[in-house]
Amino acid sequence: MTTTTVTTAPPLAEPDPDLRVRRRRSLSPGKQVPAARLAGPALLVVLWAVASAAGALDPGAIPAPWTVVESGVHLWTDGTLTDDILTSLQRAGTGFVLGLAAGIALALASGLTRTGEALIDGTVNLNRAIPTLGLIPLFILWLGIGETFKIAIIAIVVYIPIYLNTHAALSGIDSRFVELAEVQGLNRIQFIRQIVIPGALPGFFVGLRLGVTGSWLGLVVLEQINATSGLGYMMFQAQNYGQTDVILVGLVVYGIFGLISDSTVRIIERRVLSWRRTLSS
Amino acid sequence: MAPHTEQLTRPAVQLRGLTRSFDGRTVLDGIDLDLPAGQFTALLGHSGSGKSTLLRAVAGLDHRVTGSGRLSAPERVSVVFQDSRLLPWRRVLDNVLLGLDGKDAERKGREALEEVGLKGRERAWPSELSGGEAQRAALARSLVREPELLLADEPFGALDALTRIKMHNLLRELWERHRPSVLLVTHDVDEAIVLADRVLERGRIGLDLTIDRDARARGEYRVRLLAALGVTEDVR
Repeated sequence: MTTTTVTTAPPLAEPDPDLRVRRRRSLSPGKQVPAARLAGPALLVVLWAVASAAGALDPGAIPAPWTVVESGVHLWTDGTLTDDILTSLQRAGTGFVLGLAAGIALALASGLTRTGEALIDGTVNLNRAIPTLGLIPLFILWLGIGETFKIAIIAIVVYIPIYLNTHAALSGIDSRFVELAEVQGLNRIQFIRQIVIPGALPGFFVGLRLGVTGSWLGLVVLEQINATSGLGYMMFQAQNYGQTDVILVGLVVYGIFGLISDSTVRIIERRVLSWRRTLSS
Repeated sequence: MAPHTEQLTRPAVQLRGLTRSFDGRTVLDGIDLDLPAGQFTALLGHSGSGKSTLLRAVAGLDHRVTGSGRLSAPERVSVVFQDSRLLPWRRVLDNVLLGLDGKDAERKGREALEEVGLKGRERAWPSELSGGEAQRAALARSLVREPELLLADEPFGALDALTRIKMHNLLRELWERHRPSVLLVTHDVDEAIVLADRVLERGRIGLDLTIDRDARARGEYRVRLLAALGVTEDVR
């Protein structure tokens, strides 16, 4: 090796006045403003209110925002709206819970065993190919026109995305982790509990969010076809009597519930998958 | 350095006529090899020369590979892979404890992390670690099981040059303290010379070189190993 000599660097000369830092134009959209997403809807409501006040909108087709609020308050205080909401919530909730349980159970059976996969996966995909709402007439004949068929349809709408995403996540487990489990001497139960299931959770949550949205979508359709109560029924009746304001109240309530349930799932997801936060932030 | 000839009684690993092939292509052809207990052996070779296949055979990880031959390996074997292979959904300490149970498992895990210089990072997520730290955690995970045999498949291949030097020192230090038999697979001649007491070349074990660690003959080892690998260097 040659000898190294340490020298002190000579002082730098005065900078050239023309010396400037050249920065590339940033292609990122910039910093995120909190609650900025609400700006679009808020602007829409403002435009709606202004147009209604100016008399530019036919109140029969699109009533003013305050009329909608008034009808909502009125329906709420006389108790019909609360009854309808409770009925709808019960249907969506029961169907969702059943669909969730079925989706998880089938995905586990099919993702963890070859026999399960042979029996279940093809069948579920066949089921998926049939539009679920197309099953309504058959289910009415089988289960009668009461609550059972509505809950059954919602459960089917919910279980399919949960099954598909969870199954894909379970069977797509990284083979490197399988090898690791073998090296660390894990038994089959430990392997499933400590590696397969935690690894499949992100996929499960994708399915869960689709399932939650699906339960509301199914509900809207079902309650407008063969119902005697519920939000959809309320809107259907309003259509017969030309009450646009009541229809809008129904839509707003659906929207609020959809938003709340989706945010709830997102909050749970963030907590359960807290290890992922470090990746996205 | 303490002489350890008295430990070389029973070989830790014995291979006799080990043959492995993939799709009719023979990768290992009748390998005979003894690894004495407590020895640090490096297995050197080109990529595709079968060195990883040999390691995987010793680790018992070659389920769907056709082959024959006899093999004996100790009960407690740990493997360090090229990637740290930490489970992203487990904190560092829980990764180290993977597959380990018992009362004082946690204490052992903390000790192992301290040994590799990760004290204080027990609660970190793997994604928060640098490449070198992740590989340290992987070393802790393999150490905590007190292996008789440590298999390492290019464990430092994905690290930058400076981190690699630090990891070489750490591995050598850990080996001197715990004295497992080590089989290190690498394609880096210098790494093999720096770390190992014995360097084997290629899957067919063409050259078996004992490294005298006090000697200044590293340059000569290097030339011999490179020649065995079919690489000639321009000598300036």
